[in-house]
Amino acid sequence: MADGDDLRKMEHPLDIPCLRPGAMEGLEPFIAAPEHQAKLGFPGELVPNWKEKALEKMAELAEKNRAFQVYLDACVKCGACTDKCHYFLGTGDPKNMPVARQDLLRSVYRRYFTFAGKYFPKLVGARELTEEVLHEWYSYYHQCSECRRCSVFCPYGIDTAEITMAAREILDHVGIGQKYSNEIIGKVKDVGNNLGLNPKALRATLEDLEEEIEDDTGISVRLPLDEKGADILLVTPSADFFAEPHIDGLIGYAKVFHETGASWTLSSYASEAANFGLFIGSYENMREISLRIRKAAEDLGVKRIIFGECGHAWRVAYSFLNTLAGPFDFLDQNYPIPQHILEYTWDAIQKGKLKFDKSQNDHIRLTFHDSCNVARASRMGDMPGGQFEIPRNVIRAVCNHFYDMPDETIREATLCCGGGGGLLTDDLMDLRKKGASPRMTALQQVTEEHGVTHMAAICAICKTQFSKVMPVFGYEMDSIVSVHQLVSNAIILTGQETGEDGNEDEDGGA
Amino acid sequence: MLSVIYAILFYVATAILVVGVGMKIRKYARTPAPLKIPTTPAPTTAWGVVLRMFREVVFFESLFKSNKWIWLFGWVFHMSMWLVLIRHIRYFIIEIPGWLSFMQPFGIYASFGMALGLIGLWGRRFLVERIRYISNPSDHLMLALLLTIVISGMLMRFVARPDILSVKAFFLGLLRLRIETLPADPILLVHLTAVATLMIVFPISKLLHAPGVFFSPTRNQIDNPREKRHLAPWAAKLEG
Repeated sequence: MADGDDLRKMEHPLDIPCLRPGAMEGLEPFIAAPEHQAKLGFPGELVPNWKEKALEKMAELAEKNRAFQVYLDACVKCGACTDKCHYFLGTGDPKNMPVARQDLLRSVYRRYFTFAGKYFPKLVGARELTEEVLHEWYSYYHQCSECRRCSVFCPYGIDTAEITMAAREILDHVGIGQKYSNEIIGKVKDVGNNLGLNPKALRATLEDLEEEIEDDTGISVRLPLDEKGADILLVTPSADFFAEPHIDGLIGYAKVFHETGASWTLSSYASEAANFGLFIGSYENMREISLRIRKAAEDLGVKRIIFGECGHAWRVAYSFLNTLAGPFDFLDQNYPIPQHILEYTWDAIQKGKLKFDKSQNDHIRLTFHDSCNVARASRMGDMPGGQFEIPRNVIRAVCNHFYDMPDETIREATLCCGGGGGLLTDDLMDLRKKGASPRMTALQQVTEEHGVTHMAAICAICKTQFSKVMPVFGYEMDSIVSVHQLVSNAIILTGQETGEDGNEDEDGGA
Repeated sequence: MLSVIYAILFYVATAILVVGVGMKIRKYARTPAPLKIPTTPAPTTAWGVVLRMFREVVFFESLFKSNKWIWLFGWVFHMSMWLVLIRHIRYFIIEIPGWLSFMQPFGIYASFGMALGLIGLWGRRFLVERIRYISNPSDHLMLALLLTIVISGMLMRFVARPDILSVKAFFLGLLRLRIETLPADPILLVHLTAVATLMIVFPISKLLHAPGVFFSPTRNQIDNPREKRHLAPWAAKLEG
């Protein structure tokens, strides 16, 4: 397999490739070891009666999940989705067309569960479940980032992510799990976060950050951990504790909390916003991880829960947390439960609680990458589409030079970074580079037109993915920034010496 | 004899259509959606969802965003089909109300729209590489069946008219459980056979997209997960 060095040159971000059948065939991320599987309650290796088990699970999912049931029936093969997947655009492999990806499973469903498929399999493209099919599933359902771009364009709203999640759930139940996702879920269960960062190390990291902020600004800004009686529990992706540019975002949250005089804390028990239970389609695992957040909130006696910048985590938080770990009667009902850090910051900006020197971001000409799960599976604020406006509002409040990428590649039509949905692993680097091509091509367009130098994102996975793949496309790896990093750059803390820039108009001209 | 065969055919086809689709709808309605998964931005009220669904099934909003050619052919076909279907009501009622007479010319010329839409959609199955790749034999057969219905219908209207009053008498009879004589017109028989076939395959084919769209969680859910707790019955048991 080429390591992404056969990247396709795209004329424009949505440039449709010619079909290249088999282009990504056989690509498989590492399979989970038995000990990774065991922690999640899945068999350690392929079970002897895998066929029976797989079909049993498929039937169960059709009973338990209306989306799965309806989406397997409703597709008319109109072709509307065929050019919508970034992995198809980047690879040309026809099995990466959303409908074709669904058909890998639909064909088996038809063979065993529908009249037409049982009696006229050839006619409707139904096929037997074989071990080869299982591996084809494993390969191509790990070439989907569950970004839902296809679901926007389907006349029936068929969401390939639902099929991908179901397929991964079936595979897990016969003993074929993905190492990356399942190992990480195990760490959350053992330690409380994806990194396996223990409370002691976490505390040390936070203390280092406090020192760093004080060195930078002369102001003592706290990053509290496990403080009982705090008002706000901040749950943020653990990447925010160590990775670049994530950590600069965390500093931004801390400064905003400091300036608004909030009483807040992180939790070592729920030191992870990410919830990979979503990626593997496991309600039970997703619920178990979500319940950690509830427990932390109860134990610490907080009144509010706020989430840091993370795409799929915000989906699970916004859309599912109430379902999985609710009801949250014990929290202050005057605030959204849960709330996004950008909702909090934007609210503070509107109330005039934050002061900025926008010129601190003048070295940056910025664009914004809408993260897929935030864009198409969640909301911010009271109005539909707030998930697009609020981040941009905050950016415009702290940054003078902002330019959007082409319309067909942002907001609800945003292109995935290429590393979401449990694919952010080195064994899929080739796919990640190719999947990033459409987004990178859109970025190159605004670089040419407006001289854009940096791209902001509000997702830990996007940030890590871009810092890895941007160099391939001619950008520095620090061209990807956190939105709260920009906030952190521009914010003037009360009492902070601002040097010779101190007298400048801090609104910068808007 | 012919009349009896066709009478049985239509009774059976109707039963399969109604019972089959009814069972599918019941299945869709009873299967819980465990999580809130509307494709956002989504409406935050029930009325908003009704509007979204209306735009989806009347204007094919998502398809319009996706691909203008598929939208054009698909939309023209479906809307023409409604006009043609409405026109056909006259064969099942004795007195033709004024509005139905008014619809008559629209229903007649809409057949061209149906034919155009179908030919366009079928053409894409051959001409567009991506759609050729995802097409199964059944996708071609479905278009062939629909086109057979449309062309035979157009032939009877514009070329060789059958004894349409007898046809009407036949169907009025079926509604009253009487078997009247059906004219042995070959084009008519092709038309009716194809229609009955379509009715029979409806509940076991992709035609289920018609009821299916209304049950699609990405389109029919309200975006209010923070305000209102959503919980499937099987998931509630986990909380035990």
